[in-house]
Amino acid sequence: MKISKSIPGTWFFLIAISSLFIGLLFGALGGIQYVFPGFLKEALSFQKIRPLHVYLVINWIFCAAAGAVYYYIPYVSGRKLYSTHLAKLHILIQLIILVWVVTGFFMGRFGGREYLEFPPYIVLLIILAWILFMINFFVTVKPSFKEVPVYIWSWSTGLLFFLITICEAQLWLLPHFNNNIIRDITVQWKAMGSMVGSWNMLVYGSAMFVMEKITGDKSINRSKKAFFFYFLGLTNLLFNWGHHTYIVPSSELVRTISYTISMTELLILANIIYSFRKTYFKTNPHKHFLSFRIVTYAEAWILLNLILSISISVPAINFYTHGTHITVAHAMGTTIGINTLLLLSSLVLIAEEMIGDGKLFTPYFNRSFIFLNISLLVFWLSLVGMGICKIIAVHEKNSFTEMMAKLYPYFQVFSISGIFVFLGLLLVLMPVFKTYLKLGFAKQSSDPS
Amino acid sequence: MQKLLIFAILFITYITYSSWVYTRGTDRASIMTSNQEWGKQIYQEYNCQSCHQLFGLGGYLGPELTTVISDKNRGELYARILLENGAIRMPNFHLSPKQVNALIDYLKYVDANAFTYKTDGK
Repeated sequence: MKISKSIPGTWFFLIAISSLFIGLLFGALGGIQYVFPGFLKEALSFQKIRPLHVYLVINWIFCAAAGAVYYYIPYVSGRKLYSTHLAKLHILIQLIILVWVVTGFFMGRFGGREYLEFPPYIVLLIILAWILFMINFFVTVKPSFKEVPVYIWSWSTGLLFFLITICEAQLWLLPHFNNNIIRDITVQWKAMGSMVGSWNMLVYGSAMFVMEKITGDKSINRSKKAFFFYFLGLTNLLFNWGHHTYIVPSSELVRTISYTISMTELLILANIIYSFRKTYFKTNPHKHFLSFRIVTYAEAWILLNLILSISISVPAINFYTHGTHITVAHAMGTTIGINTLLLLSSLVLIAEEMIGDGKLFTPYFNRSFIFLNISLLVFWLSLVGMGICKIIAVHEKNSFTEMMAKLYPYFQVFSISGIFVFLGLLLVLMPVFKTYLKLGFAKQSSDPS
Repeated sequence: MQKLLIFAILFITYITYSSWVYTRGTDRASIMTSNQEWGKQIYQEYNCQSCHQLFGLGGYLGPELTTVISDKNRGELYARILLENGAIRMPNFHLSPKQVNALIDYLKYVDANAFTYKTDGK
């Protein structure tokens, strides 16, 4: 059975890809500011470019994940989407938020916290949009949690915990949190760390669905092993945020719990994907090859980032790596190498359901995809190199200016490879974007949404 | 049923742990004065976190500021000069003297509570 067309899903994919393109452009401009310090300093300083880049790239992840869920839920539930009106309202609010936040950043209107730098009242709109999405999901799927596959659990968890964490991230508005720097910083790390876990749940849920669709083996998402790893992932989402707070003088217990739980989330996914590969070769070696290939590359990125995760989670190593670009390398590796590639596998799978299996797997796509991964690897290594160089500079008690001078060659590599990552994603996503633009709104007689 | 039970146990533990983090787990810091609070508000409104870190939160284009005040090589004067004039990467935000004072006051508060950064471990 084919996945039917979803107009809301298509809208979200188009918003997501557009956000990514623009977000990466700001990322490239920010990279140039590292190399040429005076570049756009007055007109579009780093103070504006960074939030523009971060917001738009996170918007890509959330919108692409939402688009995939809108596409998949009629298929997995066998029902029409509960309300297209709610979905349309969700799209409209999402667009209003996007325009409002981006315009505000250009005008220098901030007031929020890191990663959510916009004024806090905009969060009310985000919550409203999310509740509409949740209503559509839960009423359409009507999940019976005793029986549903693990990806339904994963999506449900992602939906619930994004709502909780976006509210938690606003606790600083209360004096009890705002007046106490240790509490404020700890709760901010807690909320943002778990929020990343919530979007991972949405992305991983879709990745698990893609694996089932490719292999045709429904047992992989219903096995005890799949649920064991889901619950381990949930434990990480709830309690693993603390490895960011080793240097914050909160209670020792926060650090101990974080270290004990450690960062096993990526290991969990690597295991699931490893199982999937074995199943794939056993059952269905010629279907959705492109999505399979993308997931395989994501698997390689998981392994690379796992090494970094361990370095961040071990307190003795964290002492040196914290506050260095190694943390940025981890963030870039996970958001581009893992989340973006897993979302791309969903976008490609659905697009190929519309145009025919294998139609996107062209020599052009292949070359672009390899170019993207090589660029990302150089970009990632330059950040790791920058982090190591910064550790040495701090150890040698260099001033900030001396340290920046030592990091300069890395900035050059980081900036150029960052532009190549932007170009690589542009090349890879352009045919996908065109497919959705051309066919994503076309009428389909059996459209369940 | 078993899955729902595990979920419920994890969720209840999360709520309990969160309540502890919101209270006793983070009660080491002193309370800000109103001027320090204003300084914090300015820090957010000018999005200083985009380039500077406090307790590891923030960007890397500018120097870490958690202990900028007590740092022997930097100190209050260094922070004040940058706030009043900008730098090669930092625009001049044309802050008023009261705003600069509030920001300095806030940074002093942060520094005083950065126990884990101080070698004596207080």
